[in-house]
Amino acid sequence: MNQELDNRNTKVMNRFDVTSRLIAKLRDEEAVIGGIGNTNFDLWAAGHRPQNFYMLGSMGLAFPIALGVALAQPDRRVFALEGDGSLLMQLGALSTIATLKPKNLTMIVMDNGIYQITGAQPTPAANVADIVAIAIGSGLANSAWAADEEDFERLVDDAMAASEPSLIAVRIDDKPGVGTTRRDPVQIRERFMHGLGVREPL
Amino acid sequence: MAIAEQQTQGSSDRSWHSIVLQTLKRNDVSLIPYVPDRVLTPLIKNLHADPFFTTFATAREEEAVGIVSGAWMGGRRGAVLMQTSGFATLANVLASLAVPYQIPLIMFVSERGTLGEFNYGQSLVCRTMRPVLDSLALEHHTITRLDELEFIADRSIKQAVTTQAPVALILNPLLTGGKVFEK
Repeated sequence: MNQELDNRNTKVMNRFDVTSRLIAKLRDEEAVIGGIGNTNFDLWAAGHRPQNFYMLGSMGLAFPIALGVALAQPDRRVFALEGDGSLLMQLGALSTIATLKPKNLTMIVMDNGIYQITGAQPTPAANVADIVAIAIGSGLANSAWAADEEDFERLVDDAMAASEPSLIAVRIDDKPGVGTTRRDPVQIRERFMHGLGVREPL
Repeated sequence: MAIAEQQTQGSSDRSWHSIVLQTLKRNDVSLIPYVPDRVLTPLIKNLHADPFFTTFATAREEEAVGIVSGAWMGGRRGAVLMQTSGFATLANVLASLAVPYQIPLIMFVSERGTLGEFNYGQSLVCRTMRPVLDSLALEHHTITRLDELEFIADRSIKQAVTTQAPVALILNPLLTGGKVFEK
Protein backbone atom coordinates (compact mmCIF):
# COMPACT_ATOMS: atom_id res chain seq x y z
CA MET A 1 0.00 0.00 0.00
CA ASN A 2 1.20 3.50 -0.58
CA GLN A 3 2.48 5.64 2.24
CA GLU A 4 -0.10 8.40 2.08
CA LEU A 5 -3.02 6.08 2.58
CA ASP A 6 -1.28 4.46 5.52
CA ASN A 7 -1.16 7.82 7.26
CA ARG A 8 -4.94 7.90 7.54
CA ASN A 9 -6.55 6.69 10.69
CA THR A 10 -8.42 3.90 8.95
CA LYS A 11 -7.71 0.21 8.67
CA VAL A 12 -6.99 -1.35 5.29
CA MET A 13 -9.80 -3.85 4.78
CA ASN A 14 -10.65 -6.38 2.08
CA ARG A 15 -13.30 -5.85 -0.56
CA PHE A 16 -14.74 -9.36 -0.48
CA ASP A 17 -14.87 -9.38 3.31
CA VAL A 18 -16.56 -5.99 3.50
CA THR A 19 -19.01 -6.90 0.72
CA SER A 20 -19.89 -10.15 2.50
CA ARG A 21 -20.53 -8.23 5.70
CA LEU A 22 -22.92 -5.94 3.85
CA ILE A 23 -24.80 -8.80 2.20
CA ALA A 24 -25.14 -10.61 5.54
CA LYS A 25 -27.03 -7.60 6.89
CA LEU A 26 -29.66 -7.50 4.14
CA ARG A 27 -33.07 -8.81 5.23
CA ASP A 28 -35.60 -6.92 3.13
CA GLU A 29 -34.69 -7.65 -0.48
CA GLU A 30 -32.56 -4.52 -0.67
CA ALA A 31 -31.21 -3.75 -4.14
CA VAL A 32 -27.43 -3.80 -4.60
CA ILE A 33 -25.72 -2.33 -7.67
CA GLY A 34 -22.17 -3.59 -8.24
CA GLY A 35 -19.83 -1.30 -10.20
CA ILE A 36 -17.61 -2.53 -13.02
CA GLY A 37 -14.79 -5.02 -12.36
CA ASN A 38 -13.66 -6.32 -9.01
CA THR A 39 -16.48 -4.54 -7.20
CA ASN A 40 -19.15 -6.67 -8.81
CA PHE A 41 -16.93 -9.75 -8.94
CA ASP A 42 -16.84 -9.67 -5.16
CA LEU A 43 -20.57 -8.95 -5.00
CA TRP A 44 -21.11 -12.05 -7.16
CA ALA A 45 -18.74 -14.09 -5.00
CA ALA A 46 -20.52 -12.98 -1.83
CA GLY A 47 -23.54 -14.94 -3.05
CA HIS A 48 -25.87 -14.17 -5.93
CA ARG A 49 -29.19 -12.60 -5.02
CA PRO A 50 -31.90 -11.64 -7.52
CA GLN A 51 -31.74 -8.10 -6.13
CA ASN A 52 -28.10 -7.73 -7.25
CA PHE A 53 -27.27 -5.90 -10.47
CA TYR A 54 -23.85 -6.47 -11.99
CA MET A 55 -22.32 -3.95 -14.37
CA LEU A 56 -20.21 -5.20 -17.26
CA GLY A 57 -19.14 -1.81 -18.59
CA SER A 58 -20.17 1.85 -18.35
CA MET A 59 -17.50 2.56 -15.75
CA GLY A 60 -18.64 5.09 -13.17
CA LEU A 61 -22.37 4.56 -13.45
CA ALA A 62 -23.05 2.42 -10.37
CA PHE A 63 -24.30 5.41 -8.37
CA PRO A 64 -26.46 6.84 -11.18
CA ILE A 65 -28.01 3.41 -11.84
CA ALA A 66 -28.66 3.01 -8.11
CA LEU A 67 -30.19 6.49 -8.01
CA GLY A 68 -32.59 5.46 -10.78
CA VAL A 69 -33.62 2.35 -8.85
CA ALA A 70 -34.02 4.40 -5.67
CA LEU A 71 -36.25 6.94 -7.45
CA ALA A 72 -38.34 4.18 -9.02
CA GLN A 73 -38.80 2.28 -5.74
CA PRO A 74 -38.64 4.77 -2.86
CA ASP A 75 -39.73 2.15 -0.32
CA ARG A 76 -36.83 -0.21 -1.08
CA ARG A 77 -33.34 0.36 0.30
CA VAL A 78 -30.76 0.59 -2.47
CA PHE A 79 -27.01 0.09 -2.08
CA ALA A 80 -24.35 0.87 -4.66
CA LEU A 81 -20.81 -0.49 -4.54
CA GLU A 82 -18.26 1.47 -6.55
CA GLY A 83 -14.49 1.57 -6.88
CA ASP A 84 -12.53 4.77 -6.36
CA GLY A 85 -11.32 4.80 -9.96
CA SER A 86 -14.88 4.40 -11.21
CA LEU A 87 -16.17 7.16 -8.97
CA LEU A 88 -13.51 9.53 -10.33
CA MET A 89 -15.12 9.10 -13.74
CA GLN A 90 -18.45 10.50 -12.56
CA LEU A 91 -17.93 12.83 -9.60
CA GLY A 92 -20.78 15.05 -10.79
CA ALA A 93 -23.21 12.27 -9.90
CA LEU A 94 -22.54 12.95 -6.21
CA SER A 95 -24.05 16.42 -6.54
CA THR A 96 -27.04 15.11 -8.48
CA ILE A 97 -27.71 12.67 -5.64
CA ALA A 98 -27.16 15.38 -3.03
CA THR A 99 -29.72 17.56 -4.81
CA LEU A 100 -32.37 14.84 -5.13
CA LYS A 101 -31.74 13.51 -1.59
CA PRO A 102 -33.17 10.00 -2.03
CA LYS A 103 -33.68 8.76 1.50
CA ASN A 104 -33.20 5.12 0.52
CA LEU A 105 -29.78 5.24 -1.17
CA THR A 106 -26.45 4.20 0.36
CA MET A 107 -23.21 4.52 -1.60
CA ILE A 108 -20.15 2.48 -0.70
CA VAL A 109 -16.77 3.34 -2.19
CA MET A 110 -14.02 0.70 -2.24
CA ASP A 111 -10.85 2.78 -2.24
CA ASN A 112 -7.52 1.10 -2.94
CA GLY A 113 -6.04 4.05 -4.83
CA ILE A 114 -5.33 1.85 -7.84
CA TYR A 115 -6.84 0.48 -11.01
CA GLN A 116 -6.29 -3.04 -9.70
CA ILE A 117 -7.82 -4.85 -12.65
CA THR A 118 -5.71 -3.17 -15.31
CA GLY A 119 -2.37 -3.69 -13.60
CA ALA A 120 -2.59 -1.78 -10.32
CA GLN A 121 -1.68 1.63 -11.72
CA PRO A 122 -2.32 4.40 -9.16
CA THR A 123 -5.32 6.64 -9.78
CA PRO A 124 -4.69 10.37 -10.24
CA ALA A 125 -6.39 10.88 -6.87
CA ALA A 126 -4.42 8.26 -4.96
CA ASN A 127 -2.00 10.54 -3.15
CA VAL A 128 -3.80 13.84 -3.18
CA ALA A 129 -7.58 13.52 -2.85
CA ASP A 130 -9.93 12.34 -0.13
CA ILE A 131 -13.13 10.61 -1.34
CA VAL A 132 -15.13 11.54 1.76
CA ALA A 133 -14.05 15.18 1.54
CA ILE A 134 -15.11 15.18 -2.12
CA ALA A 135 -18.48 13.68 -1.22
CA ILE A 136 -19.09 16.18 1.58
CA GLY A 137 -18.00 18.99 -0.72
CA SER A 138 -20.47 17.69 -3.30
CA GLY A 139 -23.30 18.11 -0.84
CA LEU A 140 -23.46 14.64 0.73
CA ALA A 141 -23.14 15.59 4.39
CA ASN A 142 -23.72 12.04 5.58
CA SER A 143 -20.37 10.70 4.31
CA ALA A 144 -17.72 8.95 6.39
CA TRP A 145 -14.66 6.72 6.31
CA ALA A 146 -15.10 3.32 7.91
CA ALA A 147 -12.36 2.99 10.54
CA ASP A 148 -12.48 -0.81 10.53
CA GLU A 149 -14.89 -3.67 9.82
CA GLU A 150 -16.91 -3.08 12.94
CA ASP A 151 -17.22 0.60 12.13
CA PHE A 152 -18.28 -0.31 8.59
CA GLU A 153 -21.12 -2.44 9.94
CA ARG A 154 -22.16 0.36 12.27
CA LEU A 155 -22.18 2.85 9.37
CA VAL A 156 -24.31 0.46 7.30
CA ASP A 157 -26.78 0.18 10.18
CA ASP A 158 -26.89 3.98 10.42
CA ALA A 159 -27.40 4.31 6.67
CA MET A 160 -30.28 1.84 6.73
CA ALA A 161 -32.03 3.96 9.35
CA ALA A 162 -31.16 7.31 7.77
CA SER A 163 -33.58 9.61 5.98
CA GLU A 164 -30.97 11.01 3.61
CA PRO A 165 -28.43 9.45 1.25
CA SER A 166 -25.27 8.10 2.88
CA LEU A 167 -21.78 7.47 1.57
CA ILE A 168 -19.37 5.07 3.24
CA ALA A 169 -15.77 4.96 2.06
CA VAL A 170 -13.66 1.90 2.81
CA ARG A 171 -9.93 1.63 2.41
CA ILE A 172 -9.24 -1.74 0.86
CA ASP A 173 -6.17 -3.75 -0.05
CA ASP A 174 -4.89 -4.43 -3.55
CA LYS A 175 -6.36 -7.93 -3.88
CA PRO A 176 -8.33 -8.84 -7.00
CA GLY A 177 -11.96 -9.95 -6.80
CA VAL A 178 -12.65 -13.45 -5.47
CA GLY A 179 -15.12 -14.57 -8.15
CA THR A 180 -16.04 -13.71 -11.71
CA THR A 181 -19.53 -12.54 -12.63
CA ARG A 182 -21.23 -14.55 -15.37
CA ARG A 183 -21.21 -12.08 -18.24
CA ASP A 184 -24.77 -12.44 -19.45
CA PRO A 185 -26.23 -8.93 -19.45
CA VAL A 186 -29.78 -9.87 -20.47
CA GLN A 187 -30.08 -12.50 -17.75
CA ILE A 188 -28.55 -10.15 -15.21
CA ARG A 189 -31.07 -7.44 -16.05
CA GLU A 190 -34.03 -9.80 -16.23
CA ARG A 191 -33.21 -11.51 -12.92
CA PHE A 192 -32.76 -8.11 -11.31
CA MET A 193 -36.22 -7.01 -12.51
CA HIS A 194 -37.70 -10.22 -11.11
CA GLY A 195 -35.86 -9.56 -7.85
CA LEU A 196 -37.33 -6.07 -7.66
CA GLY A 197 -40.83 -7.38 -8.30
CA VAL A 198 -41.15 -5.50 -11.57
CA ARG A 199 -41.71 -8.65 -13.63
CA GLU A 200 -42.58 -12.30 -13.31
CA PRO A 201 -40.44 -14.94 -15.03
CA LEU A 202 -41.89 -16.31 -18.29
CA MET B 1 -39.82 28.70 -40.63
CA ALA B 2 -42.92 30.63 -39.62
CA ILE B 3 -44.17 27.49 -37.89
CA ALA B 4 -40.91 27.12 -36.04
CA GLU B 5 -40.98 30.72 -34.85
CA GLN B 6 -44.53 30.35 -33.67
CA GLN B 7 -43.58 27.23 -31.72
CA THR B 8 -40.73 28.86 -29.86
CA GLN B 9 -43.16 31.43 -28.44
CA GLY B 10 -44.15 28.72 -26.06
CA SER B 11 -47.71 28.69 -24.81
CA SER B 12 -49.67 27.13 -27.70
CA ASP B 13 -50.94 23.62 -27.02
CA ARG B 14 -49.68 22.54 -30.40
CA SER B 15 -46.14 23.77 -29.90
CA TRP B 16 -43.49 21.10 -30.41
CA HIS B 17 -42.57 21.11 -26.73
CA SER B 18 -46.17 20.80 -25.61
CA ILE B 19 -46.61 17.78 -27.88
CA VAL B 20 -43.44 16.18 -26.50
CA LEU B 21 -44.59 16.78 -22.90
CA GLN B 22 -48.06 15.38 -23.51
CA THR B 23 -46.68 12.36 -25.36
CA LEU B 24 -44.31 11.58 -22.50
CA LYS B 25 -47.15 11.83 -20.02
CA ARG B 26 -49.52 9.71 -22.05
CA ASN B 27 -46.87 6.98 -22.16
CA ASP B 28 -46.20 7.24 -18.42
CA VAL B 29 -42.64 8.48 -18.94
CA SER B 30 -42.14 10.51 -15.78
CA LEU B 31 -38.43 10.64 -14.91
CA ILE B 32 -36.62 13.28 -16.97
CA PRO B 33 -32.93 13.89 -16.31
CA TYR B 34 -31.35 16.30 -18.75
CA VAL B 35 -28.29 18.30 -19.69
CA PRO B 36 -29.74 21.61 -20.87
CA ASP B 37 -29.84 23.13 -24.32
CA ARG B 38 -31.12 26.52 -25.40
CA VAL B 39 -33.70 25.07 -27.80
CA LEU B 40 -35.01 22.66 -25.14
CA THR B 41 -35.56 25.47 -22.62
CA PRO B 42 -39.37 25.77 -22.96
CA LEU B 43 -39.76 21.98 -22.72
CA ILE B 44 -37.51 21.80 -19.66
CA LYS B 45 -39.35 24.72 -18.03
CA ASN B 46 -42.76 23.13 -18.56
CA LEU B 47 -41.55 19.71 -17.37
CA HIS B 48 -40.27 21.29 -14.16
CA ALA B 49 -43.64 23.02 -13.71
CA ASP B 50 -45.63 19.78 -14.07
CA PRO B 51 -45.65 17.65 -10.89
CA PHE B 52 -46.27 14.50 -12.93
CA PHE B 53 -42.61 14.65 -13.92
CA THR B 54 -39.45 14.35 -11.86
CA THR B 55 -37.20 16.67 -13.86
CA PHE B 56 -33.61 17.48 -12.95
CA ALA B 57 -30.23 18.36 -14.42
CA THR B 58 -27.32 15.93 -14.40
CA ALA B 59 -23.65 16.75 -14.79
CA ARG B 60 -23.19 14.49 -17.82
CA GLU B 61 -25.45 12.78 -20.32
CA GLU B 62 -24.16 9.29 -19.51
CA GLU B 63 -25.07 9.89 -15.88
CA ALA B 64 -28.63 10.58 -17.05
CA VAL B 65 -28.58 7.36 -19.10
CA GLY B 66 -27.50 5.43 -15.99
CA ILE B 67 -30.32 6.97 -13.97
CA VAL B 68 -33.12 6.15 -16.42
CA SER B 69 -31.66 2.65 -16.93
CA GLY B 70 -31.84 2.01 -13.19
CA ALA B 71 -35.32 3.49 -13.04
CA TRP B 72 -36.52 1.25 -15.88
CA MET B 73 -35.29 -1.83 -14.07
CA GLY B 74 -37.12 -0.56 -10.99
CA GLY B 75 -40.34 -0.19 -12.94
CA ARG B 76 -40.37 3.51 -13.76
CA ARG B 77 -40.06 4.97 -17.24
CA GLY B 78 -37.76 7.87 -18.06
CA ALA B 79 -36.31 9.82 -20.95
CA VAL B 80 -33.08 11.79 -21.35
CA LEU B 81 -32.96 15.25 -22.92
CA MET B 82 -29.70 16.48 -24.42
CA GLN B 83 -27.99 18.35 -27.22
CA THR B 84 -26.07 16.84 -30.14
CA SER B 85 -22.73 17.38 -28.41
CA GLY B 86 -24.06 15.51 -25.40
CA PHE B 87 -25.05 12.55 -27.51
CA ALA B 88 -21.45 12.42 -28.70
CA THR B 89 -20.39 11.42 -25.17
CA LEU B 90 -22.66 8.36 -25.09
CA ALA B 91 -21.07 5.70 -27.32
CA ASN B 92 -19.62 3.77 -24.38
CA VAL B 93 -22.77 3.68 -22.28
CA LEU B 94 -24.94 2.78 -25.25
CA ALA B 95 -22.67 -0.11 -26.21
CA SER B 96 -22.01 -1.38 -22.70
CA LEU B 97 -25.30 -0.75 -20.87
CA ALA B 98 -28.37 0.21 -22.90
CA VAL B 99 -27.92 -2.16 -25.84
CA PRO B 100 -26.50 -5.34 -24.23
CA TYR B 101 -28.84 -5.18 -21.22
CA GLN B 102 -31.79 -4.48 -23.56
CA ILE B 103 -32.95 -1.28 -21.91
CA PRO B 104 -35.57 0.88 -23.68
CA LEU B 105 -33.57 4.07 -23.38
CA ILE B 106 -35.58 7.01 -24.74
CA MET B 107 -33.44 9.93 -25.90
CA PHE B 108 -34.52 13.33 -27.17
CA VAL B 109 -31.66 15.11 -28.90
CA SER B 110 -31.89 18.78 -29.80
CA GLU B 111 -29.98 18.93 -33.07
CA ARG B 112 -27.22 21.49 -33.32
CA GLY B 113 -24.69 21.60 -36.11
CA THR B 114 -26.95 21.93 -39.13
CA LEU B 115 -29.32 24.37 -40.89
CA GLY B 116 -27.63 27.57 -39.82
CA GLU B 117 -25.01 26.39 -37.36
CA PHE B 118 -22.49 29.11 -36.51
CA ASN B 119 -20.04 27.06 -34.44
CA TYR B 120 -17.73 24.85 -36.53
CA GLY B 121 -17.22 22.40 -33.67
CA GLN B 122 -20.96 21.86 -33.36
CA SER B 123 -21.28 21.12 -37.06
CA LEU B 124 -18.49 18.55 -36.82
CA VAL B 125 -19.81 16.80 -33.73
CA CYS B 126 -23.24 16.60 -35.34
CA ARG B 127 -21.74 14.49 -38.13
CA THR B 128 -20.72 11.83 -35.60
CA MET B 129 -24.25 11.29 -34.27
CA ARG B 130 -25.97 9.23 -36.95
CA PRO B 131 -22.92 7.06 -37.71
CA VAL B 132 -22.77 6.14 -33.99
CA LEU B 133 -26.49 5.34 -33.94
CA ASP B 134 -26.19 3.34 -37.16
CA SER B 135 -23.09 1.46 -35.99
CA LEU B 136 -25.17 0.01 -33.13
CA ALA B 137 -28.21 -0.42 -35.39
CA LEU B 138 -30.21 1.82 -33.05
CA GLU B 139 -33.63 3.09 -34.01
CA HIS B 140 -33.56 6.83 -34.65
CA HIS B 141 -35.78 9.41 -36.28
CA THR B 142 -35.07 12.98 -37.26
CA ILE B 143 -38.24 14.96 -36.67
CA THR B 144 -38.66 17.98 -38.95
CA ARG B 145 -42.45 18.47 -39.09
CA LEU B 146 -44.87 19.45 -36.36
CA ASP B 147 -47.65 17.33 -37.87
CA GLU B 148 -45.47 14.20 -37.64
CA LEU B 149 -44.05 14.78 -34.18
CA GLU B 150 -46.77 13.18 -32.08
CA PHE B 151 -46.99 10.08 -34.27
CA ILE B 152 -43.24 9.54 -34.35
CA ALA B 153 -42.69 10.22 -30.66
CA ASP B 154 -45.65 8.19 -29.44
CA ARG B 155 -44.94 5.19 -31.66
CA SER B 156 -41.21 5.31 -30.94
CA ILE B 157 -41.70 5.30 -27.18
CA LYS B 158 -44.08 2.35 -27.46
CA GLN B 159 -41.68 0.49 -29.75
CA ALA B 160 -38.73 1.10 -27.42
CA VAL B 161 -40.67 -0.33 -24.48
CA THR B 162 -42.11 -3.34 -26.28
CA THR B 163 -38.90 -4.28 -28.11
CA GLN B 164 -36.66 -3.35 -25.14
CA ALA B 165 -34.40 -1.31 -27.37
CA PRO B 166 -33.14 2.29 -27.23
CA VAL B 167 -34.48 5.02 -29.49
CA ALA B 168 -33.13 8.46 -30.34
CA LEU B 169 -35.57 11.17 -31.41
CA ILE B 170 -33.63 13.97 -33.05
CA LEU B 171 -35.40 17.32 -32.89
CA ASN B 172 -34.33 19.12 -36.06
CA PRO B 173 -34.22 22.95 -36.41
CA LEU B 174 -37.05 22.67 -38.95
CA LEU B 175 -39.22 21.57 -36.01
CA THR B 176 -37.85 23.68 -33.19
CA GLY B 177 -36.46 26.75 -34.94
CA GLY B 178 -32.99 25.77 -33.76
CA LYS B 179 -30.43 28.15 -32.36
CA VAL B 180 -29.46 31.04 -34.59
CA PHE B 181 -26.52 33.41 -34.74
CA GLU B 182 -27.59 36.56 -32.96
CA LYS B 183 -24.78 39.08 -33.49
